[in-house]
Amino acid sequence: MFIKQISVFLENNPGTLREMTELLGKGGIDLLALSIADTQNFGIVRVIVHSDQIDSAMKLLKEGGYIAKINHVICAAVPDRPLGLCELLAIIEQAGLSVEYMYSFLRKADNGSAHMILRLNDGQKAAQVFDMKNVSMLSQEEVDKL
Amino acid sequence: MECIDREELRKLQGERLAATVKREYENVPMYRARMDAAGVKPEDIRSVDDLKYLPFMEKTDLRDYYPFQLLASPKKDIVRIQGSSGTTGKPIVSGYTRNDVDIWSEMMARTLTAAGGTDEDIVQVAYGLGLFTGGFGAYQGANTIGAMVLPMSSGNTQRQIMMMKDLGTTILCCTPSYATYLGETIRDMGIDPKRDLKLKAGCFGAEPWTEEMRQKIEELLCIDACDIYGLTEIAGPGVSFECLEKHGMHINEDHVIAEIINPATGEQLPYGTPGELVFTTITKTGMPMMRYRTHDICTLTDEKCECGRTLARMGRITGRTDDMLVIRGVNVFPSQIESVLVGAEGVAPFYMLIVDRINNSDTLEVQVEMTEDMFSDTVSHVENVRKYITDQIKSVVGIASKVKLVAPKSIPRSEGKAKRVIDNRKL
Repeated sequence: MFIKQISVFLENNPGTLREMTELLGKGGIDLLALSIADTQNFGIVRVIVHSDQIDSAMKLLKEGGYIAKINHVICAAVPDRPLGLCELLAIIEQAGLSVEYMYSFLRKADNGSAHMILRLNDGQKAAQVFDMKNVSMLSQEEVDKL
Repeated sequence: MECIDREELRKLQGERLAATVKREYENVPMYRARMDAAGVKPEDIRSVDDLKYLPFMEKTDLRDYYPFQLLASPKKDIVRIQGSSGTTGKPIVSGYTRNDVDIWSEMMARTLTAAGGTDEDIVQVAYGLGLFTGGFGAYQGANTIGAMVLPMSSGNTQRQIMMMKDLGTTILCCTPSYATYLGETIRDMGIDPKRDLKLKAGCFGAEPWTEEMRQKIEELLCIDACDIYGLTEIAGPGVSFECLEKHGMHINEDHVIAEIINPATGEQLPYGTPGELVFTTITKTGMPMMRYRTHDICTLTDEKCECGRTLARMGRITGRTDDMLVIRGVNVFPSQIESVLVGAEGVAPFYMLIVDRINNSDTLEVQVEMTEDMFSDTVSHVENVRKYITDQIKSVVGIASKVKLVAPKSIPRSEGKAKRVIDNRKL
């Protein structure tokens, strides 16, 4: 139901994102999805990697002096057509949930649907609602196959 | 009094000192203990020469005996409390008897008079009116000389300028950086001070400034800009003041005795030698101060001034013997910031203060290292942590700062005394 995400603190300075991605890249880590939340003062980078690379990615980051954490997020499938995302958001809205952040996967599934990574204010409730409304959510194993 | 023969002044100081020391010894357990430890009895203090036998006081003493343990008068005789920031969390406060308020008013009356003030003047007080002594000090001094007081308090520049213009303010009291800001705003608004305003002088203090700033303020506002000095522990603004000669600040020596000491040894230094300024109050009854170490570095001179005043003068403050910063007129100690960070759960105690002056206003940036506990994947959570630290600093230090979260281990660690401040102001 939930998949693992790594979030990393970055100072909002030139070069910090490149340095971090270089560190992960040289360590052979493949980034499946990435989002950057930046404010005037700092940035938060969130990435999804294959489950067998999570530990090594975390190790690289910690050794590199980064503050990094593993969080659990939902990966929902969205039909890749106009209004596809809108229908998902309507379900979230009707359930009285709110989106804290959301970003999309870099790769599409074989069936052509796009995938959104979501962090909602109440993850458990969101998973139940998505189940009920037949929104398909990817498991960690499914993500690994992307 | 301001032109008194110096021999006579010394005699008067000696008498007042003896009476004050006796009061302190009899009424304040801390003074009694300290004097006993130093082997000094009140009877030993008969003249100014005997001052050197007395123990020193520090700002930390005001924190340790906060709020009322240093009172030398019954609490019911205290009619006013003023305060300023301490070295850590708590502020320091000073209690004034009616006598003390009157003395302070007299000091500020002399200050305004020396800048050319009379009962014909309109004095605009743009120092903050509150616990901070600036506002009330200027208000009381203007009241004493019978001037018309405009108690604006600080801020709201547009309204300050409107009132200044409409009422015809003649004397302005505020910090020198605010005076510069007012001057520049007035110019930007197309107001010609010579034509549209009636300003003639200003008494500016509460923060260090330079001769270059004086020139700039005088040109912008077309006034005489006089420097004033003071501290809550001793009275407030007006402990010393410049006359229109603008050549050092006259010390109100009938109320305080000034010494310059070697900060390392505590030994008295002669006039003309730079060192740490120490004040002893000799007329205050509420919370008298014995050899209070200001940690300000300057020189003293007892040469007679061109203005005719014989009161000794102190030069500009050229530095500090400790790490205190004056930011927007507020005393800030790095240890205060440290106490906030240490007190906040999950926050690392490493920090760096970056002080600058942008558009004539001091800015304070506090760099704090990100930690595991502070971090989360959502911006709102991290922003809340940042806001919490900002609010805590504001409540302890009293001024707004910009908290910048930086990468872990990015603030240099050092073995000895860490460098915690980068002051980019050109003072």
